[in-house]
Amino acid sequence: MNFKLKVWRQKNREDKGRFVAYEVKNVSPDASFLEMLDILNVDLVKKGEDPIAFDHDCREGICGSCGVVINGRSHGPGRGTATCELRMRLFQDGDTIVAEPWRAKPFPVIKDLVVDRTALDRIMAAGGYISARTGGVAEANAIPVPKPIAEEAMDAAACIGCGACVAACPNSSAMLFVAAKVSHLALLPQGQVERKERALHMVEQMDKEGFGNCSNNYACEAECPKKISVMHIARLNREFIRAEFT
Amino acid sequence: MTLESKIPPGLIEKKWDTHRFNLKLVNPANKRKYTIIVVGTGLAGASAAASLGELGYNVLTFSYHESPRRAHSIAAQGGINAPKNYSNDGDSIWRLFYDTVKGGDYRAREANVYRLAQVSGNIIDQCVAQGVPFARDYAGYLDNRSFGGAQVSRTFYARSQTGQQLLLGAYSAMSRQINAGTVEFFPRREMLDLVVVDGQSRGIICRNLVTGEIEPYAANAVVLATGGYANTFYLSTMAKASNATAIWRAYKKGAAFGNPCFTQIHPTCIPQGGDYQSKLTLMSESLRNDGRIWVPKKKGDTRRAEEIPEEDRDYYLERLYPSFGNLVPRDVASRRAKELCDNGLGVGPTGRAVYLDFADAINRLGRHVIEERYGNLFDMYHEITAEDPYKVPMRIYPAVHYTMGGLWVDYNLMSTIPGLYVVGEANFADHGANRLGASALMQGLADGYFILPYTIGDYLASTKFNTVKTEDAPFKEVQDGIAQMVKKLMSINGKKTVEEFHRELGRIMWDYVGMGRNRVGLQKALAEIPKLREEFWQNVKLVGGPNELNSELEKAGRVADFLELGELMSLDALHREESCGGHFREEYQTEDGEAKRNDEQFCYVAAWEFAGVGKTPNLHEEPLEFEYVKPSQRSYK
Repeated sequence: MNFKLKVWRQKNREDKGRFVAYEVKNVSPDASFLEMLDILNVDLVKKGEDPIAFDHDCREGICGSCGVVINGRSHGPGRGTATCELRMRLFQDGDTIVAEPWRAKPFPVIKDLVVDRTALDRIMAAGGYISARTGGVAEANAIPVPKPIAEEAMDAAACIGCGACVAACPNSSAMLFVAAKVSHLALLPQGQVERKERALHMVEQMDKEGFGNCSNNYACEAECPKKISVMHIARLNREFIRAEFT
Repeated sequence: MTLESKIPPGLIEKKWDTHRFNLKLVNPANKRKYTIIVVGTGLAGASAAASLGELGYNVLTFSYHESPRRAHSIAAQGGINAPKNYSNDGDSIWRLFYDTVKGGDYRAREANVYRLAQVSGNIIDQCVAQGVPFARDYAGYLDNRSFGGAQVSRTFYARSQTGQQLLLGAYSAMSRQINAGTVEFFPRREMLDLVVVDGQSRGIICRNLVTGEIEPYAANAVVLATGGYANTFYLSTMAKASNATAIWRAYKKGAAFGNPCFTQIHPTCIPQGGDYQSKLTLMSESLRNDGRIWVPKKKGDTRRAEEIPEEDRDYYLERLYPSFGNLVPRDVASRRAKELCDNGLGVGPTGRAVYLDFADAINRLGRHVIEERYGNLFDMYHEITAEDPYKVPMRIYPAVHYTMGGLWVDYNLMSTIPGLYVVGEANFADHGANRLGASALMQGLADGYFILPYTIGDYLASTKFNTVKTEDAPFKEVQDGIAQMVKKLMSINGKKTVEEFHRELGRIMWDYVGMGRNRVGLQKALAEIPKLREEFWQNVKLVGGPNELNSELEKAGRVADFLELGELMSLDALHREESCGGHFREEYQTEDGEAKRNDEQFCYVAAWEFAGVGKTPNLHEEPLEFEYVKPSQRSYK
């Protein structure tokens, strides 16, 4: 397959950035989007040009490193897939494909398609945990958890922290990310003790980082590579209100 | 160099308790005065950093990722072992210990393995307390499944994302310490060298991957938790950035490298498609619990899988190993698949694949059960191959997946350089010549949560430290060396890309140091790798500058190290004239084609000491003694 690409090139944080047009030829339909970029990058290096920088690592949709807005959509046209899992067979031969970084104020561009997502780590550090010291805990089966609850907690815990939800949201809100963690821990009996503080501190940090509010757009759920439901945002709202007023 | 394993005396079940009592303690009020560097924040690194932070040490952590949650531990799928005996099927610490020693083909230390089995139960307790959403039964208790190489159900799991959930647990514990101020995290920093002052490991040199700055950091002790080196093969199931640089540069500073040739080939990966392919994708071994592996009985059978009737199928693992069937250990399953494909019985477009069939399991249990157990694996397979495994059998083939070798460490997890500790996959310690499924997560977390935090305290309490500063000459010297290396790489301006060199090395490694090895092939590898390395240093082409985010420069440093490590792996494989576990020397096999050990000559850990690039390293032997699990020919029949 052959493609025309328009890729966002930006040298560093200060650079203004622009789209640059490229062509890639003879791409296997089974190749992933990132492997297509690999092919283009080999060409660029051979020509002595700077290759396109993009974050990636596991290439099996679990590490959350990759993230490209492809034709206006976080992680491209696939449903429930990260950019690394997106196969070129989903495009038409000869398509023009536009590739740009996550665009959100709290995610400054480092270079080309690479952005700084450490804001998400700071939200985690503000309270995304159960304060269980190493060693001082109960026997594992002392805490039974009803299977449906454990399953729902796992649905939320499946978040890979890629930031697609933020990039998809018109308000650059990180509500789905925060909701996934708050929901995962609020559902479990182990998470009850710090339930209130967790919701308050994580939301406070989210606001401090400059993420916007949720206006029920649901683009986050539509673009989430792990199909995390906006129902968790409803739970986050409930947790937050509960913490504020009770 | 002398190897002192420091295995405590006494009965095996008492060794760790006695040892813990004998370890010196650091006064709680003094802990904050000690700085510990932890490089790598996957399962082993993050759990170590969190636990050390909780104890009150001043911990500095480094990762080439932007966040600890990106580490490749996240991709482990199947599960984590612990002999809780929740399934009431006769499991015990002894049985896990026995299975691990035997599974490793008698090339691991008994004392280490016993300790690992002992603390593994605590890991499950810890993870549940952190909120890891393990699978549960309808009464709300933890569910277990069985895994390759074991006849009991002792594997705890969280769908097929166990590694992810355990890493998020360790990462959250570490985040809590970041919030508390005991742990500091330096993202996008790659360790490029170790600083040794007066014979003690006292710091590291990193490259800031965003600015290109070469930064020095000083500490009282350094912990490497930087994972394995399977990417030496180019195509493996490892993440793209996984590399050996940290352990390799420590090796060049005097840390012995243990059993470098012990690599694991995982039997259930998605077969290679084309040349564009950048990595191989693993499908959890848990699939072998319900999937049946087969090939057509006739060569060149071009019928589609579903058109081949039962009588024309060879369920070869069930036929050859009636008692373990599809659950034989990884090395055995991989080797049999390769043999059949070599004999022309392979399936799929390349003939380098075997079927993994779920039709029986779906008929027996219903599609919903299979979906619940393996749903995301089936989806992933579907995404990649465009075939629906609920309808047609999966095609699988072995791929390089894990390295049992690594830096040599003593019972305290300290390398041959005082103050340099190595944890998780980066060390050589517990899996011998073959790792059992669901044991990598167990070992990473055992090292980080429950072993290192005690043993490192003993070193700190009993060592006299001079004050060192990053402005001191030893730091400057190493820092300058790294700056020189970067400059050299940038200035070669040759014709071949880093990627091309890496692929070429991968081909040599896979052909000669892969699943089957022999003297002639290994000698060929030992001739070709140095040539390729020489060419690399004359003809590699880099672009961009040193003072910016430069992925080609990052890769170049890593590939330069793989080009040296590949040679050591070949040398180790050549010297070990026996077959054991994942190390299969074709000259040494039983009549049934199983690995044939030579306990008379090779019942030892081969620890190599660096002697200069291109020079033959010095071999040191740590003899292995088996008091409790007597070596026998492994049999899974």
